[in-house]
Amino acid sequence: MAKITITTPLTDEVVMSLKAGDEVLISGAIYTARDAAHRRMTEILDRGEKLPFDIKGQLIYYAGPTPTRPGKVIGSIGPTSSVRMNPYAPRLLQAGSKGMIGKGEMNADVQMALQKYTAVYLAAVGGAAALIAQTVVKNEPVAWEELGTEAIRKLTVKDFPAIVVQDCHGGNLFLEGVKKYAKI
Amino acid sequence: MRQILIQDIITAVKNLCIDANYHLGEDIKIALREAQEKEESPLGKTILRQIIDNFQIAQKGEFPICQDTGFAVFFVDLGDQVCIKDGNLFDAINEGTRQGYEEGYLRKSVLDDPVRRKNTGDNTPAVIHLNVVKGDKLKIIIAPKGGGSENMSGLKMLKPADGVEGLKQYVLEVVKKAGSNPCPPIVVGVGIGGTFEKCAEMAKRALLRTIGSNHPNPFYAQLESELLEEINKLGIGPQGLGGTQTALAVHIETYPCHIAGFPVAVNINCHAARHKEVVL
Repeated sequence: MAKITITTPLTDEVVMSLKAGDEVLISGAIYTARDAAHRRMTEILDRGEKLPFDIKGQLIYYAGPTPTRPGKVIGSIGPTSSVRMNPYAPRLLQAGSKGMIGKGEMNADVQMALQKYTAVYLAAVGGAAALIAQTVVKNEPVAWEELGTEAIRKLTVKDFPAIVVQDCHGGNLFLEGVKKYAKI
Repeated sequence: MRQILIQDIITAVKNLCIDANYHLGEDIKIALREAQEKEESPLGKTILRQIIDNFQIAQKGEFPICQDTGFAVFFVDLGDQVCIKDGNLFDAINEGTRQGYEEGYLRKSVLDDPVRRKNTGDNTPAVIHLNVVKGDKLKIIIAPKGGGSENMSGLKMLKPADGVEGLKQYVLEVVKKAGSNPCPPIVVGVGIGGTFEKCAEMAKRALLRTIGSNHPNPFYAQLESELLEEINKLGIGPQGLGGTQTALAVHIETYPCHIAGFPVAVNINCHAARHKEVVL
């Protein structure tokens, strides 16, 4: 299937054009955040303060890399399980993020938030960390370096491979795909 | 008594940590290639192609297979004719882990306390399962274990009346519930019998067996192949996006059990089923 190239920040128009099952190549900036950074970001939003980066139109990548070798841009960096970010994702979408990249299905609250805020959930291949690292052209710290691998980083990526898995129209490839191949 | 120097253990463990995280075992590579051939879903095939390309990039030694380089889990068989010289075996394994994760540019994913959650910074302590065996050798197996698949594992104290059908049902239930989360295609380790804790350890140990090998007991070999077939009918597929290749193997380990008991543990491994061993 032909791959669709998308560039961040994403517009509503681009998000609406994406359907569960589409294969995409992402270029532009994406921001890493895992459990610890999400807890901090939601606390900041609860206090009515500003996030450490402009989240408008941006994609959050659920990932924590291995240490960077000298001369390399980054270490291995595949997606972590998105299920742990279920409690936080709707809040960040409300704040203006246009979606996230992770692995594994996200829950009904997130699916509803994707529809409400016109956002998209993309899956990268879990465990394809060395391959994904090859698509990262720039790696800049953004906030909370004391969190180590869990810090927020701005990654500039070129042709980062991902799959649209939960879209803003209610499409869910986890449900549709498994149903198609289930024999019991 | 044969003497083994502590420094030799530290060096061996350091090398194991690095080797396991950069070089996937031949058995799992073959299994992934076969799965790529067999997968019926076109998207599943694409995903498996990426997984194969990934381990090929990793084996050049610059990028670990997965960013989750795991909790360092060791299975150690210590010969009863071995004397460890100049130190303590567990200290040596932890020191080797510390050095391996640092020198190998591996991620440090271990927290000092499960509730208060501060990173120890060097991926120690390791989890060490020690077994004393006959002989004058020291065998050390490392199996770095990622968090995503570990989180989807389960244990149930079945009742004897549940029988083999209850057992199969439970294994399928755990795999189904795990769905897309543990990075399928997975390897499924099943511990049956023993006590609560023995059962869990067996499930993990079962993951070490060579993929494609048969259980030595024909009854359990048959049960493994039935479970594998039924798991692959669930339709979960690569990354949980639908397909026929959900599990690459089911491995069972058993132990005698109490007249009242029938414990079953299911430990799930992602497709990066890493383990390496050394004999000193």
